[in-house]
Amino acid sequence: MKKPRSNFGMQGLRSEKEKYSIFSLARNAFTDHENWAQAWKSPEPKTEYDVIIIGGGGHGLATAYYLASQHGMKNVAVIDKGWLGGGNTGRNTTIIRSNYMWDESAGIYEHSLKLWENLSQELNFNTMFSQRGVLTLAHSEHELKEMNRRVEAIRLNGIDSDVLNPAQIKKLVPIININPNLRYPVMGGFIQRRGGTARHDAVAWGYARAADSLGVDIIQNCEVTGFNIKNGKVTGVQTANGPIKAGKVGCVVAGHAGVLAGLAGFRLPIDSRPLQALVSEPIKPILDTVIMSNSVHMYVSQSDKGEMVFGAGADSYNSYAQKGSLNIIEGMLAAAVELFPVFSRLRMLRSWGGIVDTCPDASPIISKTPIDNLYFNCGWGTGGFKATPGSGHVFADLIARNEPNSITAPFTLNRFVDGYLIDEHGAAGVAH
Amino acid sequence: MLYIKCPWCGYRDDAEFHYGGEAHIKRPFDADSLSDEEFSEYLFQKSNTKGLTLERWVHTSGCRRWFNVLRNTVTNEIIEVYPSDQLPSSKAGKEYYENNWRRKSAAESLTTRQVEK
Repeated sequence: MKKPRSNFGMQGLRSEKEKYSIFSLARNAFTDHENWAQAWKSPEPKTEYDVIIIGGGGHGLATAYYLASQHGMKNVAVIDKGWLGGGNTGRNTTIIRSNYMWDESAGIYEHSLKLWENLSQELNFNTMFSQRGVLTLAHSEHELKEMNRRVEAIRLNGIDSDVLNPAQIKKLVPIININPNLRYPVMGGFIQRRGGTARHDAVAWGYARAADSLGVDIIQNCEVTGFNIKNGKVTGVQTANGPIKAGKVGCVVAGHAGVLAGLAGFRLPIDSRPLQALVSEPIKPILDTVIMSNSVHMYVSQSDKGEMVFGAGADSYNSYAQKGSLNIIEGMLAAAVELFPVFSRLRMLRSWGGIVDTCPDASPIISKTPIDNLYFNCGWGTGGFKATPGSGHVFADLIARNEPNSITAPFTLNRFVDGYLIDEHGAAGVAH
Repeated sequence: MLYIKCPWCGYRDDAEFHYGGEAHIKRPFDADSLSDEEFSEYLFQKSNTKGLTLERWVHTSGCRRWFNVLRNTVTNEIIEVYPSDQLPSSKAGKEYYENNWRRKSAAESLTTRQVEK
């Protein structure tokens, strides 16, 4: 393996990867933290790789990491048109849960949650995974009944879920307003206590560092502009920096999945839409649970910095502009202030949008494609972050073995032809 | 925020409208004669273009009428607004319409074929 190059002029920068620990932290404190080794190198692309992963978000980096660690494939490159985690990985509200109704969804999301539970140790990188519980609210009699039915289905899959009444919710979240005279009163809710949040950047960086140390090349600022396809088989990619040959190509680009499928000559059942989020100024700890409401389209949690992190619903129209309409944010904030009157004086610091790839059945596509050796992992829509480790793990398996395993099989592209949809629209709710 | 010119009510905030998705998807008359792949193209596959796109909107909080729009999905610029039973008249809109893959799809060829009883 080539040693990391460039130390950006810093003297004494170690080129060996150093294990992060309390001792390395203390040791580096003596030198004012100026001598930390680079977490990953940025090599020039080689002319040929066994596998190229397009998309350097959490899912893509995780795929590369598991290809190297689980399948012994070390001649792998991750190519991104921007910087690592600059897309939806750095734009989501970091909610992690696995309480989906259908068996197929439970399979992939619970697989992912189990990987989350040991991820910081495995990557030697603190992903700040916090199992603070995810509470989903019900605002009508009907929603509450449906929620009870869903909780039973979830529990049959061995996933923890409990229904709470308004008094229990008030005890858990003292700042919530359970006044029955609200326009959308809190009628109850259900909680997954193993759910929670993680630091999104750390997930991308942790996977990048771990993949890099196994020999994966991470190439940023290099846009893929086309595929080389010979006799129905992909042989490489065209990039802004010239062509790169590849035995296999995995494409994990979220909102731009349809664009890349177009370059490869086929179409996807995907609409790309803006999804917005915003954060407030930091305040003292006030909320230690993730609160979601599907019917009023609001989700909120408090970051470790103290900011309240709000997520809104997706805009209705297709766009690649990474910004959405203000009325979506207004509607979400109106709901937030009604449920949490204490938030009414909070000032919002910034808002942003990410482009989410939504599927007709609100379930992802992890699949082979009409082109041999070209694989797509997309369609995660508004809820991809929670699946990052699981998605990378099973996608690496699909690429390495060229056949789906029991988790990925239902998420084939072909389900839009044979009709075996995994309809999570009603089951998981619109909010993810 | 989009600022959409309804053909009947004039410029309004997009909060007043509902999105109707891709325009000019014609329902095949004789769907039984399509293969599963061909019907899937009609039912599920999306153009989802980055750049110019033809789409449907309805002015829900106003006149409640449908119309079509030519919009750039990168800049959100609206180039043309035209009635839903017509084709775009701008050069860019015509080009997009004619070059769209749906014009060559099996499902769309059935919409013009004579259905024999």
